[in-house]
Amino acid sequence: MAADPTGVLTGQHYLDGNHAACEGALAAGCRFASGYPITPSTEIVERIAARLPRMGGMFIQMEDEIAASITLQGAVWGGKKALTVTSGPGFSLMMEHIGLAAMTECPCVFIDVQRGGPSTGLPTLPGQGDMMQARWGSHGDYEIIALCPESPQECFDTTIEAFNLAEQWRVPVMVMMDECVGHMTERVIIPSADKLSVLDRRWTTKKPGEYRPFDVGADLVPDMAKAGDGHRLFVTGLTHDERGYPVMNHKAQEKLVRRLVDKIRLNADKIAHYEEDQIDGAEVVVISYGITARVAQRGVQIARDKGVKVGTMRLIVVWPFPETRIRELAQKTRAFVVPELNYGQMSLEVERVAAGKVPTVLVPHGGGEVHDPEVIAEAIIKAARSVS
Amino acid sequence: MAVTEIKFGGFGGQGIILAGMIVGKAAALYDNKEATLTQAFGPEARGSACSAQVVVSDSRILYPYVHRPHIMMLMSQDAYTRFSPELAKGGTLVIEEDLVNPVPLPEGAVVYKAPATRIAEELGRRMVLNIVMVGFFASVTKLLSAEAVRKAVQDSVPKGTIDLNLKAFDRGFEWGKKIAN
Amino acid sequence: MSDTATNPVNPYLRLERMPSIWCPGCGIGTSVNCFARALTQAKLDLKMTSIVSGIGCTGRVSGYMSLDSFHTTHGRAIPFATGLKLANPDLNVIVYSGEGDLMAIGGNHFIHAARRNMDLLVVCVNNFTYGMTGGQVSPTSPGGATYTTAPFGQFEEPFNLPHLADSCGAVYVSRWTTFHVRQLTKSMREAMTKKGFRFIEVISPCPTLYQRRNKLGDGLDAMKFYKESSVVKNGADTRDLNIGFQTPITVGNFVNRSRPSFIEAQNKRYTEVFGPSYKPYPEGPHGNGANA
Repeated sequence: MAADPTGVLTGQHYLDGNHAACEGALAAGCRFASGYPITPSTEIVERIAARLPRMGGMFIQMEDEIAASITLQGAVWGGKKALTVTSGPGFSLMMEHIGLAAMTECPCVFIDVQRGGPSTGLPTLPGQGDMMQARWGSHGDYEIIALCPESPQECFDTTIEAFNLAEQWRVPVMVMMDECVGHMTERVIIPSADKLSVLDRRWTTKKPGEYRPFDVGADLVPDMAKAGDGHRLFVTGLTHDERGYPVMNHKAQEKLVRRLVDKIRLNADKIAHYEEDQIDGAEVVVISYGITARVAQRGVQIARDKGVKVGTMRLIVVWPFPETRIRELAQKTRAFVVPELNYGQMSLEVERVAAGKVPTVLVPHGGGEVHDPEVIAEAIIKAARSVS
Repeated sequence: MAVTEIKFGGFGGQGIILAGMIVGKAAALYDNKEATLTQAFGPEARGSACSAQVVVSDSRILYPYVHRPHIMMLMSQDAYTRFSPELAKGGTLVIEEDLVNPVPLPEGAVVYKAPATRIAEELGRRMVLNIVMVGFFASVTKLLSAEAVRKAVQDSVPKGTIDLNLKAFDRGFEWGKKIAN
Repeated sequence: MSDTATNPVNPYLRLERMPSIWCPGCGIGTSVNCFARALTQAKLDLKMTSIVSGIGCTGRVSGYMSLDSFHTTHGRAIPFATGLKLANPDLNVIVYSGEGDLMAIGGNHFIHAARRNMDLLVVCVNNFTYGMTGGQVSPTSPGGATYTTAPFGQFEEPFNLPHLADSCGAVYVSRWTTFHVRQLTKSMREAMTKKGFRFIEVISPCPTLYQRRNKLGDGLDAMKFYKESSVVKNGADTRDLNIGFQTPITVGNFVNRSRPSFIEAQNKRYTEVFGPSYKPYPEGPHGNGANA
C-alpha cells in the first residue's frame, strides 16, 4: 500500500545519510522512536525528535541503549511502527533485546551507524566491524535481516525496505550504515507518498478466543495483535507454544526455534536484494556492501582499464546471506575479492559458501577511512593473475 | 568524466560547512551534476581549523573523500597553513584577503582574493562573510552556474535572512567579475 | 484447591497455567490475590490493561494474569512498559516484578521513569533475595542476613525503596506486607486509578531461601513477624523507612501528590512552543493527577 503522506517529505533534497534514514523511517510509517545519543548516529534521533511530535508521533530519549532497545518493542506491542538508532558501543548494549525481538517476533528496526571499533574506537570515523555482531550478537540461535546502504539516497530507501521486511517477516531488521554514509551529503529524491510501497502490520482477523498468537501459515510467520485488542496476549522471551505460553522442554524448543530460523532461511531467496554488474565472463567477482561497494567500484574501473574482466555483486540485504546466488557465481567465476572495513567478516561467509570452488581474497581495512581504490584494484589484478 | 575536488577551510563558527553545503546543493539540485559533501566531525570540527569537502562530477561519484583538491576556498590563516599544501598542482585558491596571507604559495597555484569581511561589514552583518565568499567563489571558478548557486543560497539560509544573504552573494559575485576585468 | 471454581479472583487468572511455580508459603501469590481484587474494585477495563514483568519469581506474575501479559528481559520491564504506554496511552500499564529485577539490574530505569512521571503503576514484591536463582543477596537485603553470595553476612547498605521512589518523583508511594491484605488491596486500587508514576512495595516472605537460610521459620512465621513487628504509619517521612534484619517494618501509604505525567508535560510544552496548530498527544485515562 502507499505511504501515509504525513510522513513523506516529497521532493529533491541535499541530505546526509543520517537525515535521509530518518526520512525513510517516517515515510515507512514509523511513529515511535526511542534513542540514546551516540556519535556518529545522533543526527538521526535529533531529526526524528524534531519531526515526530508534529505528525502525531512520539520520540523519547531513554536513559541508555538497553532501555531504548526494549522501549521500542513495548511501542510495537502497543501498535506502532518503531525505530531505535545507535552506533557500536550502544549496539553492543542492545544485543539482549535483539534476541528478545527475534524470540517474540517483534517487528522493529535498529539502525547501527558503524564506527571504528572495538570499544570506544573511532567515534567520528567509519568502520564495518559490526557485521557479524548484527547476525550473531545476541545469545542463542536465531535469524535476523540486515541491510547495508551505500549512499544517502539508499539510507532513505533501505530504511523503508527495513520496515517492510520487519513487518513481513516479524523479525528485528538492522540497517547497517557506517559513519561515511551517515555523514555524507548528497542528493536524495523522496517520491510522493503514492509512489512508495509500505507494508502494514500483519494484523490478525481472528476473534479473541480463536486467535493463537504464534500459529503460523505457509510462510511460517504468525499474524499479530496488539495490547488492548482483547486477545489477552502472552508474550515472553521464554521458549513458548502457539499460545505464547512457556514450555520448558526440548520439543517446544525444536518447534519454536527451528521455525524462527526457518522462516528466514527458507525464504532467504525472497528476501535477497543485491545488484550485479558485468558478471558474464568475469574472471573475478568483487563482492562488497555499504560505502566499500562504492569505493570498490572505483577500484574495479582501474582494474578494467588494465584489461581484467571484473564483475561486481553489491549486497543490499546482507543477512540472510545470499547463499544461492553466491554458490552460482562460484561456478561462473574464478575468484572472489571481498573488500571490507574490518579484518574479515562477510568474506568468511563468501568463503564458506564458495566452499573451496574458487578462492576468496579478503581486502581488509581496519576502518577510520575508506579503502584506497588502488589497493582494491591491485587485489583484483593479483587475484585475476593467480587464477589465469 | 570531469571530477572537481573542492575544499572549504576556515575556523569554527565562520559558516564553512554551510558554504560547502551551498556549493554541493547547487551542483546536485540545480545544476544537473553529482555532488558529495563530507566534513570533519567531533571536537575537531568545533575547534580551530575546520573544513568541508565537496566532490563535483558529471557522473556518479564513487570515492567520496577529497585528498588533492583542485579548488580551495580558505578563510583563516590556520586553515591556509594546514590545508594549502594539499592543493593539486596548478589548483585554484579562493581566499579572504584580510584573513589569509597566501604564503607560502603552492607551486602553480592561481589565487583569487576578496575583502569579504569588509563587504560583509558594509552589509551590516559580519556573519554573512561566508556567503560573500560563496558568491566570489561562484564568480571566479565558474564551476557552477550563478543561478544555481544563488538558488542554493536562498534555500539554505534562515528564512528571515534570505535578502541579506542574497545581497551578500551578489556582492561577492560582483567582486569576482570586477577583478576579472 | 477444591474451592478454585468459586474463587472470585479466578477470572483474572490463566487457570490453565496453574499450579504456579511459587513455593508453599511464598507471598507472591498473596500479592496477586490482592491485585486481582483491586482490579475488580478499581473497575479497570481489563481489555485495556496490560501487565509487564521482568525476570525472577515475581517476574512470573504477568504470565499468570489473564490480561495482555508481557514477560520481558531481566530488569527491563519498565522501559518496555514505557514504550507500551506511550504507543497507546489508553492502556493501563502495570509493572509487576521483584526487587532484584526492578532495583538492581533495572534500577536505572526505575529512577528515570519516576523522574519523568511516566504513567505506570509499579508493584515491587520485595522478599529480600533472588529466589529464582537460589537465594542470592539483593539490593534490599538487610545487614547481617546471609545469602549464597553473601555467606558471611550482608554488609552493604540496603535500599529504602519508598524513599528512593519518593526522591525520584513518584506521585504515589506505599508499602505493605503480605499480612496486610486489605490495606494492600486498597492501596493497589487507589494507585490503579491515579495518573503518573505510582510505586507499591510489597514485603513478602521467601520461606524456601531467605527464611530457611536465616533460620526465620516458614511462611506462617513470617506472617506472625509481619503482624507483630509492623508499624502502620500513613504519611510517614520516607527517609525513616529503612528495614534492618528482623527490625520493625513501617508500613503505610506515604506519598500521594500530583504533578504532570510525561505526556501531560510534553503536551503543555509543545502547545506553548507550537501554538494552536499542535495536536496534543493522547493522554489516556484518569484525566488528571489528582483523582486518587
